[in-house]
Amino acid sequence: MLTKRRNGEVGRTKLSAITAGLVSEAVDRRTFLRRSGLAAGGLAAVGSLQLGAVKKASAAGTAVSGADVVIKKNICTHCSVGCTVTAEVVNGVWVGQEPSWESPINRGTHCAKGAAIRELVHSERRLKYPMKLVDGQWQRISWETAINEIGDKISAIREKSGADSVYWLGSAKFTNEASYLFRKLGAFWGTNSVDHQARICHSTTVAGVANTWGYGAQTNSYNDIRNAKTMIIMGGNPARAHPISMQHLLSGKELNRANMIVIEPRFTRTAAHATEFVRIRPGTDIPVIWGMLWHIFQNGWEDKEFIRQRVYGMDDVRKEVAKWTPDEVERVTGVPGDQLKRVAEMFAKDKPSTLIWCMGATQHTVGTANVRAFCIACLATGNVGAPGTGANIFRGHTNVQGATDLGLDVTTLPLYYGLVEGAWKHWARVWEVEYDWLQSRFDEVPAIAGRKPRSRKENMEAPGITSTRWFDAVNLPEDQVDQRAGIKAMMVFGHGGNTVTRIPEAVKGMGKLELLVVADPHPTTFSALNARRDNTYLLPICTSLEMDGSRTASNRSLQWGEQIVKPAFESKNDYEAMYLLAKKLGFADKMFKNIKIENNVPSAEDLLREINRGGWSTGYCGQSPERLKAHMKNQSKFDLVTLRAPKDAPDVGGDYYGLPWPCWGKPEIRHPGTHILYNTNLHVKDGGSTFRARFGTERNGQTLLAEESYSVGSELTDGYPEFTMGVLKKLGWDKDLTADELATITKIGGNNVDAVSWAIDLSGGIQRICLDHGVIHYGNGKARANAWNLPDPIPVHREPIYTPRPELVAKYPTRPDERQFRLPNIGFSVQKAAVDRSIAKDFPIILTSGRLVEFEGGGEETRSNPWLAELQQDMFVEVNTADAGDRGIKDGQWVWVLGPEDGAKVKVKALVTDRVGRGVAWMPFHFSGWYQGADMRSYYPPGTDPVVLGESVNTLTTYGFDPVTGMQEPKATLCQIRAV
Amino acid sequence: MARMKFLCDSDRCIDCNACVTACKNEHEVPWGINRRRVVTINDGMPGERSISMACMHCTDAPCAAVCPVDCFYTTADAVVLHSKDLCIGCGYCFYACPFGAPQYPRVGNFGSRGKMDKCTYCAGGPEADLSEAEYVKYGANRLAEGKLPLCAEMCSTKALLAGDSDMIAQIYKERVIKRGYGSGAWGWRTAYRETVAI
Repeated sequence: MLTKRRNGEVGRTKLSAITAGLVSEAVDRRTFLRRSGLAAGGLAAVGSLQLGAVKKASAAGTAVSGADVVIKKNICTHCSVGCTVTAEVVNGVWVGQEPSWESPINRGTHCAKGAAIRELVHSERRLKYPMKLVDGQWQRISWETAINEIGDKISAIREKSGADSVYWLGSAKFTNEASYLFRKLGAFWGTNSVDHQARICHSTTVAGVANTWGYGAQTNSYNDIRNAKTMIIMGGNPARAHPISMQHLLSGKELNRANMIVIEPRFTRTAAHATEFVRIRPGTDIPVIWGMLWHIFQNGWEDKEFIRQRVYGMDDVRKEVAKWTPDEVERVTGVPGDQLKRVAEMFAKDKPSTLIWCMGATQHTVGTANVRAFCIACLATGNVGAPGTGANIFRGHTNVQGATDLGLDVTTLPLYYGLVEGAWKHWARVWEVEYDWLQSRFDEVPAIAGRKPRSRKENMEAPGITSTRWFDAVNLPEDQVDQRAGIKAMMVFGHGGNTVTRIPEAVKGMGKLELLVVADPHPTTFSALNARRDNTYLLPICTSLEMDGSRTASNRSLQWGEQIVKPAFESKNDYEAMYLLAKKLGFADKMFKNIKIENNVPSAEDLLREINRGGWSTGYCGQSPERLKAHMKNQSKFDLVTLRAPKDAPDVGGDYYGLPWPCWGKPEIRHPGTHILYNTNLHVKDGGSTFRARFGTERNGQTLLAEESYSVGSELTDGYPEFTMGVLKKLGWDKDLTADELATITKIGGNNVDAVSWAIDLSGGIQRICLDHGVIHYGNGKARANAWNLPDPIPVHREPIYTPRPELVAKYPTRPDERQFRLPNIGFSVQKAAVDRSIAKDFPIILTSGRLVEFEGGGEETRSNPWLAELQQDMFVEVNTADAGDRGIKDGQWVWVLGPEDGAKVKVKALVTDRVGRGVAWMPFHFSGWYQGADMRSYYPPGTDPVVLGESVNTLTTYGFDPVTGMQEPKATLCQIRAV
Repeated sequence: MARMKFLCDSDRCIDCNACVTACKNEHEVPWGINRRRVVTINDGMPGERSISMACMHCTDAPCAAVCPVDCFYTTADAVVLHSKDLCIGCGYCFYACPFGAPQYPRVGNFGSRGKMDKCTYCAGGPEADLSEAEYVKYGANRLAEGKLPLCAEMCSTKALLAGDSDMIAQIYKERVIKRGYGSGAWGWRTAYRETVAI
């Protein structure tokens, strides 16, 4: 990448200015140094002291402190691999990091971000105290004032415009407990517009994968990839985005002499280590997969027995695949037929094979269809449910899996219960609040623009507005927005402002909001876009390294992180901020009924126990805080490849590391967790399972239950539906219920006890009994190659909205205009207009985006870290050498990149490289702080500006939304590039 | 005593820069000085490889040979260290070093560069082990604590190996035999006048 290194000082705030503003009781590193009598200074100080030329190094090494070193373990807050961070703490100050040798996931290692994570906590550029914008100027205020004013303002907005007019944007950097609490806060406030970053990274994965075989998550694990003989990485660049996963991938590649195939538009750092690289045109994933399946079906390489026993609807796929002859695939995707045949043969025959994907697959208008096609490729070749196989989906942020699980999603309550009446009643029972009271919190929606009105109950069961379109719900005429009023206030917790497409529209929306609240360790892009002058609040929140709680890595393992140091400056943790807000809004007593509060801080352990009490649907019920803490203490006991501890290991015997969900039943029954989903070669008590019977038992005369396939030791030796009390009775197994369990089930069921299912049985009795009989309570069904409830039941290719190949639009158009998530999705009209106006002539280069290794997400945190910032000092665009030559662009020179909407333009440096193919440009998405050529540094509150600023790629990205999840389209749009 | 060396397995290195920031973190290395860095060759093209580079702690170190004030010395573990008290910032070592390891806090001529700084193999300097003076001038002394350089310990893919020459050569050999390929112990012939025979 473009790494220009230079000497000299970054525009950094004087140390004195920061310490002057310090009123925190927590001892920060510098205060500590003063008190310990250790002079500031360091490497640079000796002989070369030239203030302003170098930053003074100023931490005490452990050796010089002379005090006792306390070791604390937490989890890296960056990607979803879940690396353990081992911190050395002296007198409450984090002074050093050591390798976490015992973690089976990272085994001592880190990437650039993890190895530099200590700086996040002490960063001088953190938001240090609450602030508000008064006539365009940032003013310091107290927490009390902030909470009071914010509470009064949102209450007034609620009064005037309804509960739905306040948008709750949460975070994938939350702990599980904070994620859960935030969703609960949304429910108590009375809206379903509660979302987070999963919307823009893997929402399509969750929807597509869950609709295929039951649960929308990585089926295997990073470690298990060591077993694969063929791995296809499609739409992912783990060497940048998940570097520690590469340890496992490369080991697998080396030990098994495995095929490592990278299918991508760019020759990435990952591709450099591949055995085969397939370059595709962005946005043509489905034709590539169908092209592979064409060869597989043509040659009979499919796993016929697996399909017969465990897959529904594969014949419908064959019909679609038949259309994708090698010639048509090459015409659409650019991939030669013989290369694809070679890849297909490896995937089908050199088994076990795994398909690894990331945001290159998901961030498309066809994102859900893409991941469905990927799953179908696994099913057709029998590559699911065994070691070395599976859909290895690499999630984004540290806890994006957990935050998704715990319901930071506009379509569901925690743990995928959905929004139906039964779901609300289930959580009302867990929370011990009246269902009617919850309902009373929701708006009644009048009939607008000919649409049907919604009662409170109907509104409570209607999905909210997706985070990709919050500003559309501000900007569009009110009659276009299907709720009481448009969005008037944004409550943004731990979410960058530059990660959503169409920033020019977002800027307009920001300007119109009546209230904007940003609760974050950093002020984020929201504060620097200069769209507002008043009614904007910044709340300093500590990083999750400064708090207790669990997070769920991509492989579904939960890891407990302990507070390393107290929250720095005046920051508070998410739990406390939410508690204070709930208290101000008057429902804290109800909301925290069973949660211990100490000094306004809710107990993370109690929050997890409440999750356990309600988390039956997804197996979040067995991971008690005690068990998770025992895992962190005994990390060394777990096997590197199987992730399992030996049966005789104290406290964790037989468990899989982190009790990967589903971990069934109550903690006491000690279910080990599920390392590999749908693995029928294990007993259910050893983490075995089947495809979930989630979609009924029969369709069009064909069974949806598995045929002659069941998990080891099952008393039922064929497919079976999911369990309810009624099914239990039919089998005569209800006699095994204890009196307490029966009493709980009876209480839940009322006059229809037989309908109580395994997912709402708060006693855990149904799950316990099923496990004893070797069956899985969610049923033994078939995976669906045909998902009839989705807009495209069989994935079909659809050209990107802004395509460089307008001649293909007639044959492969995007879906018709339609209303989704309370808003119109006019993708079809936009695509048609782009074709009619020959946009591709003026904007001939495909623009796609992705990650750097040094920065994470919107990048506010990592760009504020000088150790990382030094390595990537400039925003850039990768331009192919031929395209650069045509335009007279030299490597390293400034260029304008122009987008097709809103007259958008960004000024960035050119990185001329053949990493991108001809006609393709690529930009990283971590930058912000410049806007259309202007440096916005002065708009940050003084001293909180990140070290490195740059244009955001999303200033250029354009319209386009997945019909199932509202996913944005930042991976395939068009641009033009000109020398400045 | 052991003969300490670095070995970067370029078939494993993914240019993640963990070694660079681990070093910054451990020693609080200031902005503008990079004791370690990752270099990529054939960037963006087939055959692309990345290599993590720092002072290799050479046998008969050329930096020591050209130093006019003789500030370099080799420890019993064969780690090449220098004294910042003696260094005059002349820059000769920078020109002599085949790996570009020496770094200076300032740009200038005739001794105005400031004291040279480079990778210490996490072994401190001439001051007493684990003393405050040593930490301030050279950073942490992990070797004295019985640990290895943090860059290698934290390497994401275990591409960068540090430790006794025989042991890391053995690990590399086994790796190459197991996987069937290897582009050699990069820089070893220059630094140590030998290579790892497979």
